[in-house]
Amino acid sequence: MGLYYVQKFLYELNRDEGIQQQYHADRRGVLTGYELTDEEIEALVEPDIGLLFHLGVNGQILMHFAALHQIEWADYLQRMRDGIAKHGPVREGVYAMTGYKGVGEA
Amino acid sequence: MALVYAGVCSHAPGITGRADQANTEVRDCFYAAFRRMREDIEASGAEALIVIAAEHFANFFMDNMPSFAIGMADFYDGPIEDAAWLGIDKFRAPGNRDLSQRIITEVMQTSDVAYAEEWKFDHGIAVPLHFLTPRFDMPIVPANINCQGPPLTPLHRAWAFGESLRRAADAVPEKIAIVGTGGISHWPATPDSGKINEAWDRDFLDRWCRNDRDALLSYDDLTVYANAGQGGFEIRTFICISAAAAGAPGTVHFCEPIPIFAVSCTIASYNLWGNDPMPKTP
Repeated sequence: MGLYYVQKFLYELNRDEGIQQQYHADRRGVLTGYELTDEEIEALVEPDIGLLFHLGVNGQILMHFAALHQIEWADYLQRMRDGIAKHGPVREGVYAMTGYKGVGEA
Repeated sequence: MALVYAGVCSHAPGITGRADQANTEVRDCFYAAFRRMREDIEASGAEALIVIAAEHFANFFMDNMPSFAIGMADFYDGPIEDAAWLGIDKFRAPGNRDLSQRIITEVMQTSDVAYAEEWKFDHGIAVPLHFLTPRFDMPIVPANINCQGPPLTPLHRAWAFGESLRRAADAVPEKIAIVGTGGISHWPATPDSGKINEAWDRDFLDRWCRNDRDALLSYDDLTVYANAGQGGFEIRTFICISAAAAGAPGTVHFCEPIPIFAVSCTIASYNLWGNDPMPKTP
């Protein structure tokens, strides 16, 4: 469980049209086999871009997931900002490692 | 035969995907610089193009992340991104498995590199190819440096990889061009997308043009992150090209921040023959 498997699913989804079709047909079912918490499953099913960013999903993975859901660029950025405002600083991953808390750092 | 061209360029997906949202004057100057880069590569007589990428989880993930990888296939499909989102239609770019194998075999003498017989191009390679080989008529040898999933490739190893690639390019009979792609300062795909540290970029490019090994290798990741964002980790691709150019002086042909493209859009190259004119193609 944890960030690794959330990103693993998104990595496989992003590069495989077959998995994309499975996801569109049954969002919850396609997650079977990945070690995910209930919170992570809900974020992937919703989809909750802000929560996924808060959990630590790399933007290079997350932006493709947003594009899959036809979320426009400016909306994608705003959803991440809203996620940080609602849930707090990025919890794990490359951004947390570098001290990134959300917006306007450095 | 020899390395005949070495340069670097930006690869941000916005360059093609959000083209309609940019300042058209600056954007068109940048596109013109990209076109001149293509003309320079063609004029060099290059028969194959090595692209040093900082790919973004299109092929390599934290289940088995190589510090370095080189493609070894006769073709590569791309982009993995939605074609409309990226502004680049699905394509199949030519490779050259035999050439790749000879280059990999030579690189392995001095750098530990993974090889991949399949490789899907993401925007990190697709955007440069859109401008540099728009007809997909030049064989591509894709290479990758881990700039995304920590622990990242150390900078001095990226330098050594560049030296290994130079030896390999000089050892094969074909004329080889090499292009590194990446951002300098940027915070891609985060809420801070669009933030650019232009002063940091220009200082980095000054070091790059002087081909100052010590200055280029003096960065550390936490300082890079603080000043240049996680996108700044992609300086590894630029540093690799510096090493491949073996001390040659560099020139920045274009470098301007374009916030909707999320980066200082950059085109630069090394003069592999110093102050001497480029030898004529035999």
